[in-house]
Amino acid sequence: MKINSPLEAYKFLPGTNCGECGETSCMAFASHLIDRSKKATDCIPLVSDEKYKKKYAELEALLAPEIREVVIGVGEKAVSIGGDDVLHRHKLTFFNKTAFAYDVWDTMDEKDLVERVNKIQDFKKFYVGDFLTLDMIAVRSISDDPAKFAAAVKKVMETTDFPMVLCSFNPEVLKAGLEVAAEKRPLLYAANKDNWQDVAALAQEYNVPVTVFAPNDLDMLKSLAKTFSENGIEDVVLDPGTFPTGKGLRTTFQNFLKIRRAGINGDRDIAFPIMAVPLTAWMAHDDEVSASYWETVVASVFTVKYGDIMILHSIEGYAQLPEVHIRDTIYTDPRKPVTVDPGVYEVGSPTADSPLLVTTNFALTYYTVESDLSSNGIDCYLTAIDTDGIGVEAAVAGGQLTAAKIKKGLDEAGFDMKEKLNNNVVVLPGLAARLQGDVEDETGAAVMIGPADSGRLPGWMEQNWPPQK
Amino acid sequence: MSNKMKLSGLTDLLKDLDVDSLEGVTIEGDIELDISGGGGLNPAMAYALGHEAAQISLHVANIARMLGYPIDQLFAASMGGFPQAPIAGQSRIEELIPSKFDVAKMSEWATPIQEVTLGATSADGGSRKNTITLGGENALPYYFDAEMPHRNYVTMDVFDMPIGMAKAVKGNYEDVINDPAEWAKKVVRDFNADMVTIHLISTDPLINDTPAREAAKVVEDVLQAVDVPIVIGGSGNPQKDPEVLEKAAEVAEGERVLLASASLNLDYERVAKAATDYGHAVLSWTQLEINAQKELNRKLMKQCGVPRDSIVMDPTTAALGYGLDYAYTNMERIRLAALMGDDELTFPMSSGTTNAWGARESWMKESPLSQDSDWGPREYRGPIWEIVTGLTLSLAGNDMFMMMHPTSVQVLKEITQTLYGSIEADEIDITNWIGAEV
Repeated sequence: MKINSPLEAYKFLPGTNCGECGETSCMAFASHLIDRSKKATDCIPLVSDEKYKKKYAELEALLAPEIREVVIGVGEKAVSIGGDDVLHRHKLTFFNKTAFAYDVWDTMDEKDLVERVNKIQDFKKFYVGDFLTLDMIAVRSISDDPAKFAAAVKKVMETTDFPMVLCSFNPEVLKAGLEVAAEKRPLLYAANKDNWQDVAALAQEYNVPVTVFAPNDLDMLKSLAKTFSENGIEDVVLDPGTFPTGKGLRTTFQNFLKIRRAGINGDRDIAFPIMAVPLTAWMAHDDEVSASYWETVVASVFTVKYGDIMILHSIEGYAQLPEVHIRDTIYTDPRKPVTVDPGVYEVGSPTADSPLLVTTNFALTYYTVESDLSSNGIDCYLTAIDTDGIGVEAAVAGGQLTAAKIKKGLDEAGFDMKEKLNNNVVVLPGLAARLQGDVEDETGAAVMIGPADSGRLPGWMEQNWPPQK
Repeated sequence: MSNKMKLSGLTDLLKDLDVDSLEGVTIEGDIELDISGGGGLNPAMAYALGHEAAQISLHVANIARMLGYPIDQLFAASMGGFPQAPIAGQSRIEELIPSKFDVAKMSEWATPIQEVTLGATSADGGSRKNTITLGGENALPYYFDAEMPHRNYVTMDVFDMPIGMAKAVKGNYEDVINDPAEWAKKVVRDFNADMVTIHLISTDPLINDTPAREAAKVVEDVLQAVDVPIVIGGSGNPQKDPEVLEKAAEVAEGERVLLASASLNLDYERVAKAATDYGHAVLSWTQLEINAQKELNRKLMKQCGVPRDSIVMDPTTAALGYGLDYAYTNMERIRLAALMGDDELTFPMSSGTTNAWGARESWMKESPLSQDSDWGPREYRGPIWEIVTGLTLSLAGNDMFMMMHPTSVQVLKEITQTLYGSIEADEIDITNWIGAEV
């Protein structure tokens, strides 16, 4: 976006503090426009009152992200890609996490295809209170037969609501796919230097987003993107080619950097989302593990640096797990700490003789402690106190972790120590040792001080648990 | 101009006039276009005849249209109706708008990263076969703004006593687990380690409380066993480490090792003094906090007199899924600040990538949660966890990796050196990747 302070956005608002947007003032609303938690369309008067028409249009232009946002698919599973404003995530955050499309192809047996699609759409991995999942299906035409392709697309649609990428360089094949799937707003892949007129015509006729593909030719890539957007095809995705090995991969990496930097710096002709195709790793490796590894490595590189959508092949857990985690890592908002819900969690199978440990709701702390306990087979209750997502040491210093907060945390979780435990003991983290007296007074429990690093909990437990009477 | 002309005449005319493009041209008079000369002007037919012919005919038709010829109507007349575009019904885009891609280099990256050399050859009074130089970058890693002067390096972990390891790691070291010198030899000989890190963990009072002097003997053994530069790590016990590192620094005099670590929670002055007294470099270790890193570096330089060419930073590695988001951004911010001139951060960086093995996803046999999809075999999952953790940090600016699994080391070296530009490989033709049988 072209502006970065609420004051600048405020100038375009009615200034009546009408409250229709749910905020108490136009200034509060303006700050939400800047942090992207609200949209200009949430201001009812701005949108509906004719006299604000010009201001509304100006504001929308100023708020538009540097990199165009492209929506693929329809309904709940629709995927947005692009929309970024910065080159480094600490400057703002990266929006619209990289969309992962896993492939199927039109020469597959119907049964295999359905099975594979189901595996892709059912994938889930628990992480920080939610599940990491996959996004899309890329349908590749190996047969080059329009009818076979249409049949495969149809089967995918019958099996899943995931958005699709329709992959062929043959316009006749793409057209056959679109005739089946256009209403689902699939992404067309791809227009290249040979077929671009026909593919552009398809994108226009069916009103779907389209990829332009110019392997290691940024002039051609930009020419195609410019030609498309100046002719009204604005939902464009750029594929500069993913060369999977050697100097080719190095060049690919630098192409991604160049395109994104030019886009963020204001070159509108190339400010579109970028596609990587780590699947090409399979063209360089024969055995499945090597190919999966290298595909994951290439996917990781382009998740970190500017890939907005990618097409992948391996559906092995060992390849997918790191892929979904690195994506979460890069697209987590670095400006706010990640938290877990406050409460008392059971680690393993605790009994009335198990310890009750205290930590904070800072996700990193919580999950570290939790994993130190569970991986060592320690059954216990672990309390995450609401410290606004601040770690133990800083929360004690800053007053977010206090005896009163601990008492409140246990009460709100409905955890009655007398009823649940035989020992009436609270174990505090070593870094919160100074709260000992206060917590004893507040809860009426005996307080033990654990180690400063939860990695030492197993040794500490051996020496200190069960507590001496 | 005659009232009748053929298209060939038109192009000849334009050529004669040396006209490349026509703007705002109008032609007056009755115009009749002779299209009976061939099917080349009919786009539908041309498409069938071949793409090249179509390109030519469309090009010529374009010129005619620009000149004001009622070209569509003429086509319609010749076909007995308006022609259908071959694929879609709407009007086709006729011309590719030529465009040049260009992007500026980063002008604000004006400060190079400090070069730090580890190891000393006989020419410098040591016994290493080679030295390793970290740092020197003028841009983010692998960027096109400036060539990276040095590649990334991997130092493999060796411990002075048997330790608990993930099963996938342990299998590689069972034969050497009681002999740090043999262990060191193995990682250099078999696993392509650029360096060796000897961790003196048995010195921890809570473990074996090995006396510093005894631990120093292990350092001597490792220096004897291998001829690569080495890193010497303590146990992490803040009371004991300064003493252990002092003794180790003493026996390694002349070898220019990296002492790990000076930190704010121990007597960093003693560690720094040991480094400067015996000509070593020091690892400046802080926990995921850029200001703490600046403070410690400042203290090492100003208060302890450590020369700039003897400081490497370790701003802490959190594993993938366990805080790598913080580690990544912390390193990236440090490197960007350094390139833009913050001289308290202009140092090469090291990562304890081995921390990846702390993540349950790297070692646990299967997910403890029944809702999770299949995690796949941990023999494959563990190494890729360490690779992706290290790779991510390499993109943020990390120079040196402390690692454990041979496969991880091999793949990480391959990807970082590929991005660095030193890996040759057969070029893969990806122009028709869609149809690849994979």
